[in-house]
Amino acid sequence: MNALLDFVALLGRGLLGACQSTGRLVLFGLAGLSHIFRPPWYGRMFLRAFVQVGYFSLPVVALTAVFTGMVLALQSSTGLARFSAESAIASLVVLSVTRELGPVLAGLMVAGRVGASMAAEIGTMRVTDQIDALGTLQTNPMKYLVAPRLLAGMIALPLLVVVADILGVLGGYIIATLKLGFNSGVYLTNTLNFMQTEDVVSGLVKACVFGLLITLMGCYHGYTSRGGAQGVGSATTSAVVSASVLILALDYVITEAFFGR
Amino acid sequence: MSEPKIRIRGLTKRFGDKLVLDGIDLDVAAGSSMVVIGGSGSGKSVLLKCILGLIEPDAGSIAIDGRDILSLDRRAREAARADIGMLFQNGALFDSLPVWENVAFGLLAQKKVSRHDARGKAGEILAQVGLAASVGELSPAELSGGMQKRVALARAIAAQPDILFFDEPTTGLDPIMGAVIDGLIVDCVKKLGSTAIAITHDMLSARRIGDRAAMLNKGRIIWEGEATALMDSGNAMVDQFTHGRREGPIQMELRR
Repeated sequence: MNALLDFVALLGRGLLGACQSTGRLVLFGLAGLSHIFRPPWYGRMFLRAFVQVGYFSLPVVALTAVFTGMVLALQSSTGLARFSAESAIASLVVLSVTRELGPVLAGLMVAGRVGASMAAEIGTMRVTDQIDALGTLQTNPMKYLVAPRLLAGMIALPLLVVVADILGVLGGYIIATLKLGFNSGVYLTNTLNFMQTEDVVSGLVKACVFGLLITLMGCYHGYTSRGGAQGVGSATTSAVVSASVLILALDYVITEAFFGR
Repeated sequence: MSEPKIRIRGLTKRFGDKLVLDGIDLDVAAGSSMVVIGGSGSGKSVLLKCILGLIEPDAGSIAIDGRDILSLDRRAREAARADIGMLFQNGALFDSLPVWENVAFGLLAQKKVSRHDARGKAGEILAQVGLAASVGELSPAELSGGMQKRVALARAIAAQPDILFFDEPTTGLDPIMGAVIDGLIVDCVKKLGSTAIAITHDMLSARRIGDRAAMLNKGRIIWEGEATALMDSGNAMVDQFTHGRREGPIQMELRR
């Protein structure tokens, strides 16, 4: 009986802890977002974060997108050949890339690159008293460190996804025309015919949400890190893991909202 | 007796089960320097952070110029904080900014200087702490420990605050550089006419910087007097601490 009660107590404590953590994260996120709309604004910090998220992530996102498009075309050609439906490759590639793979893969790549670096930078600032120092210099750390990063994530990731969409389709086009023998004009016509505004918009909405998630996780785990180098290391890991899991979970939620019938 | 610049009454702070500050009462007269000594974990840094508003105390009052800052709203408290400069233990310089921007950070935040003029102003302040203006172009990582402390001091005094806090100003420095930093602190405090609180383990530094001194032990002020009397206070705990004796009441308490 005691063992059962202990187990229930353990579950309860875990649940309460999870609620507490979620509540803290939500409050942190809301505080960070609210500072986006209230002056003073730190344009230089925004620009720096935008370059970090957008520009420096471009190579890794571009390479991922091209190869994903290529693999998708190749794999779908073997699968669709069983039903003599190879002509559907163009539509499959463009739908997959714009709706799912573009935003999700770009999000995961950026989470690994940017989420980790943000958590490490802010975490180091926390454990070396730099965040406290900001407070003593009439600068709100949430406004100076968090708000510009959140805004940069929400703007930069959709732009990266536009690039990823184009390069993903290009990857499919290269394989379809050079390897699978498709007519270039027909492939492009099929691609454009099957691509709908809703597909692109849903991908961009996902990208905006993922951009917020990645930067929020990086900032939150860095900001709340404790205990020197080990704490910063844990914060970095937590930022990447939590952002990656949330990207996949919210991908389903947004897909359901757009396309669930 | 005139109103002290800083008056602390019954300041209490608890982290979980641990009582870090246990009803601190402390007065610091305007234009004077108070040195707070005490062992690691005695609550010295928490005391400073409570006055700065970085940590919210559980009970008590902190009055600056007779105004209880704990009862102020967030905006008023932030405005009150503008009159306080702080030198952090490890400098806490912003790695991502060059030295001149670190020094002028508070001035830029308070819009006391334009970005265009900030570099020149930072050079002037760096000169006050014995550094060449060219140091302003370096990044904090390129500086030695002593230079980082000087830059941090320059940042703390840049806005000419009424109150200055120094958290372990000589920690990690060699004795000569420690003396240099102490000298700069005394000069800056006198020049600005500021009221200062310094926390330190370094008894030589404490006597150089302080007019008065207080000792914290287990979250309580156990002794207060002239800084010159630190080495001969007549209090067994203070004497043990200042002379660095292994045996004494503080160690006895640890053994229990």
